[in-house]
Amino acid sequence: MTNLRPDLSIIAENIRSGARVLDVGCGDGALMAALRDQKHVDARGLEIESANVSAAVARGLAVVQGDADTDLVDYPDKGFDYAILSQTLQTTRRPDLVLDQLLRIGGQAFVSFPNFAQWKIRFAHMLGGRMPVTKQLPHRWYDTPNIHHVTIRDFKSFVADRGYAIKGEWYLSGEKERGARVANLLAEHAVFLLERS
Amino acid sequence: MSLSMNDDGRFGLDRRTKLLGPVKLDSGAQFAPVEFAYETYGRLNADKSNAILVCHALTMDQYVASQHPVTGKQGWWINMVGHGKPIDLDRYCVICINVMGSCMGSSGPASFDPGTDAPYGMEFPVITIADMVRAQAILLDHLGIEKLACIIGGSMGGMQALTWASIFPDRVQSAIVIASTARHSAQNIAFHEVGRQAIMADPNWQNGAYYGSLDQPDAGLAVARMAAHITYMSEEGLTQKFGRQLQDREAKSFGFDADFQIESYLRHQGLSFVERFDANSYLYITRAMDYYDLAEAHNGSLAAAFKATRTRFCLISFDTDWLYPTVESKSIVRALNAAGAAASFVELSSPFGHDAFLLDAPEMNRIVDGFLKAGGL
Repeated sequence: MTNLRPDLSIIAENIRSGARVLDVGCGDGALMAALRDQKHVDARGLEIESANVSAAVARGLAVVQGDADTDLVDYPDKGFDYAILSQTLQTTRRPDLVLDQLLRIGGQAFVSFPNFAQWKIRFAHMLGGRMPVTKQLPHRWYDTPNIHHVTIRDFKSFVADRGYAIKGEWYLSGEKERGARVANLLAEHAVFLLERS
Repeated sequence: MSLSMNDDGRFGLDRRTKLLGPVKLDSGAQFAPVEFAYETYGRLNADKSNAILVCHALTMDQYVASQHPVTGKQGWWINMVGHGKPIDLDRYCVICINVMGSCMGSSGPASFDPGTDAPYGMEFPVITIADMVRAQAILLDHLGIEKLACIIGGSMGGMQALTWASIFPDRVQSAIVIASTARHSAQNIAFHEVGRQAIMADPNWQNGAYYGSLDQPDAGLAVARMAAHITYMSEEGLTQKFGRQLQDREAKSFGFDADFQIESYLRHQGLSFVERFDANSYLYITRAMDYYDLAEAHNGSLAAAFKATRTRFCLISFDTDWLYPTVESKSIVRALNAAGAAASFVELSSPFGHDAFLLDAPEMNRIVDGFLKAGGL
């Protein structure tokens, strides 16, 4: 999948053709459009920003303006093959409940997030004594939409506690995929494929 | 081969036809024959797959993109319908039908009752939004249009679009519902009741039998329009446009003349409305809107009204619309999601309240354009 953000590209490659997909926090619909055009996916989206929704609907996508924290309850059980939450988990008020909703709505769920334990962030915090402002997390402490930072290790432990199964995991440094070894220290982004076990 | 509209009298501007019907009404009665006044624009293609039905609001009519015969004003939605517009007449055949109960040529209380050869007046049956829709279906059958590429409407037009998709799911490929609702709220009914009481309290109303009389219930109808007009605008819009500015005077008159610009504006709206609208039609159509509750026939479940639908939906609301506020659109979207429907929804920002859908709204146009193009025509 060309021209997609690297985490979206990984998600797109691993979704089977013709699937039914709900993209939660779909932005302007870049992933949905790629899935529709290249994999004949029946894609639906949920997005909080009005301008993004307008852009997505204007490109012919089925996107609803709404909030992942409050509006996922409206979707029926197992209505989709996949629910996707890309770079949105850390912006929700209750990431735990949002993940529960994802795995209620979708047979499987793709979740991608920036890893707060990556070494650059650790250094910025440890040596600078300040909340890190990096390329992947460019906001300052007071204006960041990222209100629940999470590390890869936190996420895996949460998933285990909830009793969900990890069916796939991918790690990124910059634009490139990297191995799982010491990912919590080295990876900037993580992508997980989860399902109810 | 495309149908030649020039040779087919069923298509074109300012069409009239009378069909046998009958329309089976929600009240249990049947209505026949049914008169229709409508307009078509653009060309129906050979496989009749490019028809769009535009549904009008309470006091609008079939003149969606052509000059109004009474007021001389241009069509009420020329920002949306036209060559190169979102509803592009180069691609689509647009049909707009005066709703049953109205007064611009379709069957309504001012029409002649073939049984008595006098206007129906209050003998006209009380109708519902679904009755209007069933009547429209009879006209579409007459036009040979089985399927609609899209049905679109704002306000009461949106109610018709939702009702079409609910009762004729196989005939509606996509529906665009703007500034509308799935049911009339107590507040909506309350405002309508004020309007109806204003009409019925006018002695000239004469229990609806004022046709042919010199005394017309103009005062009552004008007050009804004034009250309703307030609900179409936002407080912000009123303040921007009028504030507390005085009308053609330097100081307050200490009387009951129209001192304020807003008073003068409302009086003008009321007076010009009576030139083009029938008081009894106002009673019947507001009643139809008040009876409207899509979920009612489905044990209160709106999702059940759209069960297994294959129609694509697009809903648009405006943030300053307090007549049919965003929460109403969101409850429709919730039901559509529960029904597994392909639904889009966006709340647009506008200072103009409910009326925003009738004004030039570039973002609304872009959304309608993109949504229609995704339908593949």
